[in-house]
Amino acid sequence: MSNELLRVIDATVRFGGLTAVDHVSFEVRRGELLGLIGPNGAGKTTALRSVTGVVALSEGRVELDGERIDQLPIAKRIRKGLSLSQQMVKPLREMSLLDNVALAAGSDKTQSPLKALMQVDVAREREDAHAMLKRVGIDHLANDMPGIQPLGILKRLEMARAMALKPKLLLLDEPLAGLNSKEANALATTIAELNASGTTIVLIEHNLGEVIRVCQRLVVLDNGRKIADGEPRAVMNEPVVRAAYLGGDVVAEQGVTHAAH
Amino acid sequence: MAYEITLLTTMGISVLFALSLNLITGFCGQISLGHAAFLGIGAYASAMCSRAGMPFLATIPLAMLLAGLVGIVVGLASLRVRADFLAITTMGVGFLFVGIVRQQDALGGELGISGIPDPGMSKTAFMLLSLAMAAAAAALSFYIKRSWMGRVFSGISEDEDTMRVLGIDAPAYKLWAFAIGTALAGAAGALYAHHLKFIGPDSFGFVESITVLSMVVVGGIGSVLGVTIAAALLSVLPAWFQVIGDYKLLVYGGLLFLMMRFAPGGLASILSAIFGKSRAKEAGAA
Repeated sequence: MSNELLRVIDATVRFGGLTAVDHVSFEVRRGELLGLIGPNGAGKTTALRSVTGVVALSEGRVELDGERIDQLPIAKRIRKGLSLSQQMVKPLREMSLLDNVALAAGSDKTQSPLKALMQVDVAREREDAHAMLKRVGIDHLANDMPGIQPLGILKRLEMARAMALKPKLLLLDEPLAGLNSKEANALATTIAELNASGTTIVLIEHNLGEVIRVCQRLVVLDNGRKIADGEPRAVMNEPVVRAAYLGGDVVAEQGVTHAAH
Repeated sequence: MAYEITLLTTMGISVLFALSLNLITGFCGQISLGHAAFLGIGAYASAMCSRAGMPFLATIPLAMLLAGLVGIVVGLASLRVRADFLAITTMGVGFLFVGIVRQQDALGGELGISGIPDPGMSKTAFMLLSLAMAAAAAALSFYIKRSWMGRVFSGISEDEDTMRVLGIDAPAYKLWAFAIGTALAGAAGALYAHHLKFIGPDSFGFVESITVLSMVVVGGIGSVLGVTIAAALLSVLPAWFQVIGDYKLLVYGGLLFLMMRFAPGGLASILSAIFGKSRAKEAGAA
């Protein structure tokens, strides 16, 4: 078993004339919490979506556990061990928080329609779901409906549901967006705890303070290209990264050539 | 007594037919404006086979199989389209069915098929069979709703994209909904043909598709109990009130509009509002 759980190799995504992700390569190591950062429009979310299959790669490849997955439909990639917590929270509003998570926890029962038709029991999945809600700290709301919950709770619900799939790799797309600093701090701590208990995580986030606090390694994108990766504080001190965030074009250009070598 | 028997038979067939659409539209959220085509496929298959000498009961599984197979084909065509386009597609299938049948002399063309052989059982026995099949469809619906398939269906009906992200093979589930729902409609068609002894292309047109849709909507989309009650009531209205039979499209179309506008949850939600929370769960889980 290699140390690299996910490998994105030379990934390129074009929308018509626009190149949103431009020959980006990075890897995610087993057990780490990797931050994928960059200014608005850098291509982070698109890169993540090309991993899950929401957008198709124009070039390049994605390997999970040494197996190529970039040709598979979304649902199949999820079954291979990916899990995505989306930027826009999307709970199923007609079922309780508990059942939202239980639906994900029952993924072995929903593998095929025939299997699903033969299964009625939900006791185990509800138990798992309860444990998962507890891990993200909202088990006291298990029987409430999602419609009346504030964003902070829904973000945690989304994360619990993604975790309930028992993924090899959890992809979090801006889980802290829209939260106040106290909520963001608490949720970032929860993410770090999930990682500490063995889940490999990729975190896309704008909240740099929290990213630097919890991530072990960063990959920085700008204008669709990877401009840096490495240990968080070192990466943030690189001129090319500072320039990307502060908007110094000349330095950024030099940085790209530098990074390419 | 003969009148009551006919009425109850009609009710049984309508409930079976409405529950078959409820599986597709109510449980899985896939709208169909051409469901009568599958009633027609079952009816024609059963009528032709029984005219060729096959015993009536043996034609039922055949009718289900044929309707289900065509249902899967239509389902396949619908996998890539979303709600509004699906409505148009299924409506097209309904018209296509009528159009094709009209042109086939082997199927009786415009004149339809008359003199469909007797099912070989008393009217009472036929009534009991119709009611039993409706009850079986209701039982199956309740079971599916409780099963993991039902959970996935309700998720797909609310938000398909999210279900994909949960690793759900949404197209496969939709196909199953189409297969089960259209096969049940085929069974209803076999009963229908042998109940009326006559079928023609117009028995399975747009009006019938709207009628069955209005039964589902009036009952409460996805609610097994509500749809059963609504289908039973609405199916006998034309027999009680001549005017409804004369203005079918107006009455059922109007009903559809009024329910959508004023009570989108249908009978199920009206009842639960009156009788408290106990049934809200049933409607809500849909």
